[in-house]
This record gives sequence, C-alpha cells and structure tokens, in this order.
Amino acid sequence: MLALAAPFAAVVFATIASSIFLLIAGSNPFTAYGDMFEYGSRLEIQVDILNRATPLYISGVAAAIGFRMNLFNIGVEGQYRLAAIVAAYVGASVSLPGVLHVGLILLVAMLVGGAYSGVAGVLKVTRGVNEVISTIMLNAIAISGLIAWLVREWQAGGSVDATATNLGVGTEPIDESGLIPNINSWLELFTREIGKGKELTGVFLVAVAVGILYHILINRTRFGFDLRATGINPFAARVGGVSDKKMVLGAMVLSGVVAGLVGMAEIAKLGRFNPNFVGGLGFAGIAVALLGRNHPGGIAIGALLFAFLDTASGVLQVTGSASREIVFIMQGIILLAAVIAYEVVQRFRIREEARLASALLEGDA
Amino acid sequence: MILKQIRRLPTWARWASFATLGILVLTLVQELGQNETSHLTAMTTSQTALKWSIPILLAGLGGLFAERAGIINIGLEGMMILGTWFGAWGAFNYGPYSGILIGIIGGAIGGLIHAIATVGFGVDHIISGVAINILGPFAARFLSSEIFTGYQGGSVTQSPRVESVDKFTMPFLAGGYDTPNFLKWLGDKDIPILSDTGNIFRGVLTQTSWATIIALLLVPLSAWLLWRTRFGLRVRISGEDPWAGESQGVNIYRYKFIAVMISGGLAGFGGAFITIEMSSIYQEGGTTGRGFIGLAALIFGNWRPGGILAAALLFGYPYALQFGDFDGFASHALLLVNAIALFGVTIWAVRKSKHADAVIAFVLATLSAVWYFIADTVPDWWVKILPYVIVIVVLIFFAQRLRMPAANGQIYRRGQT
Repeated sequence: MLALAAPFAAVVFATIASSIFLLIAGSNPFTAYGDMFEYGSRLEIQVDILNRATPLYISGVAAAIGFRMNLFNIGVEGQYRLAAIVAAYVGASVSLPGVLHVGLILLVAMLVGGAYSGVAGVLKVTRGVNEVISTIMLNAIAISGLIAWLVREWQAGGSVDATATNLGVGTEPIDESGLIPNINSWLELFTREIGKGKELTGVFLVAVAVGILYHILINRTRFGFDLRATGINPFAARVGGVSDKKMVLGAMVLSGVVAGLVGMAEIAKLGRFNPNFVGGLGFAGIAVALLGRNHPGGIAIGALLFAFLDTASGVLQVTGSASREIVFIMQGIILLAAVIAYEVVQRFRIREEARLASALLEGDA
Repeated sequence: MILKQIRRLPTWARWASFATLGILVLTLVQELGQNETSHLTAMTTSQTALKWSIPILLAGLGGLFAERAGIINIGLEGMMILGTWFGAWGAFNYGPYSGILIGIIGGAIGGLIHAIATVGFGVDHIISGVAINILGPFAARFLSSEIFTGYQGGSVTQSPRVESVDKFTMPFLAGGYDTPNFLKWLGDKDIPILSDTGNIFRGVLTQTSWATIIALLLVPLSAWLLWRTRFGLRVRISGEDPWAGESQGVNIYRYKFIAVMISGGLAGFGGAFITIEMSSIYQEGGTTGRGFIGLAALIFGNWRPGGILAAALLFGYPYALQFGDFDGFASHALLLVNAIALFGVTIWAVRKSKHADAVIAFVLATLSAVWYFIADTVPDWWVKILPYVIVIVVLIFFAQRLRMPAANGQIYRRGQT
C-alpha cells in the first residue's frame, strides 16, 4: 500500500501545483485536464501514447540498470543517438531477408550503445573519473561533434561539407526488409480498427522483451543479485566477493546496450536517420526510471504517464484552454515530488519496523 | 629543480608561474607555426577565452560552496538554466544589472529546492540533482511559453534581445579612458614572445565587462569567506564532519541550507552571464553542459577557489579558439600545445613513479604530436568536441589525486550517526 501511496501523492501534489500555475496564467485547470482526458481516451491517441511510451520505457530501463547500483549513466542521450545513426547507416548499406536485416540493425545499435557507454565505464574503473561528468561530456562529443559530422558524411546521395545548409534528407533509406513492421493487427484483436493512418510501432514488442529480460536479470540471476547488493552496500558486496570494478563496467555497458535500442522506433518509422531525429529521450528516460523506482513495472507506469502528458497535451493547442507547456511543469513537479515522497515513505517504513521490533522485544521481556 | 622551487611558493605564485609557463608554450608554438596560427595568442582569443571561462568559474564556485558543506550538487546545470531564463527576464524588464541579480535569485530558488530535498528530506544528492536538471529546462520552457511569447521578438525557445552591462578598459595598459595604449604599442612591435604576451593581456584588459570583474573578485571573496570567517568554518565542518559540528552546537542544517542556496545563486549568476554577456538572448539549451564542466573544474581545482579559476581558464580557452578558427589552423596548432603539456605530465608522472599515468600521458602526447606533424589542419568536428575532450583528459589524470571534503555526499540526519 505504502509503495503506491508515494507516487500517487506525487501526482496529486503535481496536479494541484500545476493547477495553481494554470490559474495564475489565466486558464481554467478543469477545462484543460478535461480536454486532455477526453483527447487521451480516443483509440488513435492511445496508439500515439504507446508509440511515445515505447522508447521512453527502453530509455528508462537503460538508466535503471545503472541506478540499481548507484551508477548514474546520464549518457543515454548520446548513446542512443549515436547508435541510431550508425545502425541506420549499416542497415541501409546491406540487403538481407527480413528477420536477419532487422536483427542486424538492432545488434549494431546495441553494440554501438554499449561501446560508447563502455568508454565511461572504463574511465571510471581505471581512472576514477566520475561517470556523471564523463557521460555528459560524451553526450556533447557525440551530439555536437560525431553525429553532426556523420550526418553530413553519410548524407544520402553523397557527403556534403560543413557549410551546406540543406541537411534535410538524412542517411540513405533502409530497405523495407530492415524496418520493423507495425503491429496494428495485434492491437485490433482487442479494439476496433485503428483509423487516421496511425500505426503502433513493432518496437513495442522489443520494449516488452527488454522489460521481461530486465526483470529476469535483476531478480533471477547472479549478476542481478550482485548488482543490487553493490547498490545497497558496496562494502558488504566487496567482502562477499563481488568485484566492484567488473560490476561497474558490466552495468555501464549493459545500460548502453539497452540505450542503443531507444532510437529504433524512430528508425523504423523514418526508415533512416535524419538531422531532426528525435532528441531528449535519454533525459526523459532518467525521469521515468526515477519515477518507477527502477522497477520494471514502475518504469512502465512512469513511461505511460509521461507519454500521456506529452501526447494528450497536444489538444491544448487546438482547444486553446491552456498552454501545452503546462505538462513540462507537471512532469518536473511529479518527478521531484515522487523522489521526495519515496524518501519519506522509506523513512516512515524504517521507523515503523524499528517500533515493531522494539514492541516485540518488550513483549518477550 | 624548477618544479621543486615552484612547489615551495605560495599558492597564488604557483598558479601564476603555471600561467606563465602556459603562455610561454602558446607563444612558442605560435612562433613555430608562423602566421597560420596567429589565433592562439590573438587579442580576441584571450578576450573570448576569459568570457567563456566565467560561467564555468561561477558554476565551479557554486559547486565549491555546496560540496564544502557536504552536499553534492549535480543540479548546477539545472540551476544555471534557471539563471539564464530569469536573467533574460530581469534584464529585459529592468536592465542588465537587475537581470544578473534576478538570475542569481532564480538559481538560488533551484538551490533551495535541492536543499529542501537533500537536507530537509534526506534524498540522495545525485538523484535530487538529476531531478533538478530535468526540472530546470522544463520550468524554463513553461515560463517562456507563458511570458516570452507575449514579448516582441520572443518565443517558446528564446527571449527578446537584452542589453549587456558596461565595459571597462584598463587605462595606460590597454588605453582605456583616452590614455596611451601600452600593450597595443608592444603588440605592434612584433617582438617574439613579448608581443604575443602583450596581446594576450591586452585582450583580457580591453572591454572587460563589469560582470566579469565581479565574477573574478568572487574567487578571493569565496576563499576569504570559507577559510577566514566563522561562517566558513561552520560550512566546512558541515562537509568534513557534521556530527563533530553538531556536538559543538552548530546548526548543521542551517549551514547546509545557506551553502546550497549560495551554490544555486552562483550557478544562476553563471546562467545570467551567459544570457546577458555572451548571447544577448535567452536560448533554450544555451548552457550546453557548462554546469557539468563547472563540476569538472571543481574536481581539477581540488575544491579550492584558485584551482577552480585555473581550471575554468583552461576549459574556457578551447571554446574561444572555435571562433574565427574556421579553417582549423589554430586548433591544429593546439595539438602541439597539448602534446607539450602531455609530455610534461609524462615527466611529472615518471618522477612520481606513477607508471600507468606516465604510459597514458606518453601515448596521448605522441598521438597528438604525430597528428600535428602529419596534418596541416584538423576537421571541424574536432574543433567542436575539443573542450569536452580536454575536460575528460584532465580528469583522467587528476580525478584520483585530489581530496574532496570528507563527508561529501553523505546524508546527514540530526542526532543520527
């Protein structure tokens, strides 16, 4: 019960706080929320929400793998974008039968993501460089340096130089066989036909698989046990024979491997990497992981909540009942309130347990 | 032997001799590369470098106050973003000086939130900081949509143009207030080394913003406040051993709160500086990770104000080189500077018998030197990533050597050990 109370309280608190902001801005919060819920209840919009939640979830799991052992991989942003452009390039330069082609693209993305986060892992293990700073620097290196350069170098129809103004096309298109198909037919088993040309991304299934594997890894394997042990008490874990260097490197690389998959839904949709490739999923994933307490189910709820806010707020522009940016402030407050609420609940629990234990002791005496 | 003597000098003189050494290397490379590399010691380069160092310096000082009080402040970037927004809003409505003040307040609000979470509720410092880094840009986006969209020339992602604060040019040395311009005369003479050095100083002393001067004065001020006052002692005991402080009757919570708010205020100053002095406009994403570079400066500077200043100048320099270096010649010449510096690190590491450091430094130095000699210029992406690469390389050698406050990052609850 308490575990659910904290996030619920955070959402209620954020809703109240955002309502105050809306009132100050001269909008009616009830109309705004009403519009969002009405819009979000349509099937087509729900498909959009799932499409948004899919990469958010994968990104959340990527961040959570590190968080589980107090390792902060803030570099998901750079890792998934670098992985996406390399995977798109490799995918476009080969032609293979369907499953193999898709498999190759996913594999390349995971390898690139893992290798890039591995740099931060190696720096931490061998030189003691704080992973928060190194991953942020690696983000800047990937985004403003490597990707900006590769997108020109791998431009469809030949590379262009730095002064080119038109970079609208992106990399060579990937053959149909390399694109993960939509799974509308699966969803339509349960619902009516999806209209308006909306497609539910097939990467949704990848996200589900990532979630299940993450659950098994954390809760059912030796590696997962060591990971959690190191997170809870690194000294005890070391005494227990866990090599913390190996764990840091392993968790970092694994986090990057998962991060590599974040951009795959966008690749499947666009069929290439283009200069306007979706950004910000890495940082949003961190928020989702914190919100979900690194729990596979919790991250899913967090991803759906943030995806709902991102998507449903689109209607506010149409109805004009509020500025759609209100959802940013809501997301920010939900995150901060949840982080604080978890801590409060945790403290309350510890105190309760201490009280119970002392009551039991007195009973014995 | 020179190194040994340097070590005996007081801190300020030691840093000054390192700076002299740096300038000497730059001018020597400059002589070697002839006209192609005039950018390295150009007046505009040192002028821009100083400007780019200031936000990093302020973020670093912000980190200093928080971490001296034992609170890790990863949220500096988010607080800096609040500073850029509030700085723009304040400068647009009330002029640049008030803009900086309002930017400081904006950052301090971010600091207050961090303090409430970490000190008040005992949330993990990094988790709270990460949350603030996400909250900061979200809040700025919302505020822009509510306020800047209503201004002429403003939008969801940027503010209208704002004015900068007044500039100061040193009289006599750089010709301020219609006095003779000694350094210009020296620079025009074309004497090897001396003229280049003159140009570097002329850049720093010409058209310097008062905001820059105030930021630089904060370095000795922070040192005095933290190491020479009762307040500073109490802040530091909160970071070194809060339980010992508690036993002496110090209200640790209060000092942690104040220190983290000062930290946010300094980051906010850095943000406002970016808006008011550098871009003349608030732009979404305008901080480009400089809050984190400030943290790197804090580590390299060994949690001391003078060291942070040195680190900020070191990290600010490659940014300045990006401007006007479209052909990549100056960044190419910088490869040689890097190689010399890394060979220096190699020698230092060998003398201290740090074998791993020596090998890494030697390999990097050789690569840098080889690249310098086989290529005439460097690609533009290298110019772009250079500042971040330098941060990482510096941390590779200095991350483990230094000492942070003993209780930094620990969660302190009154009455519990």
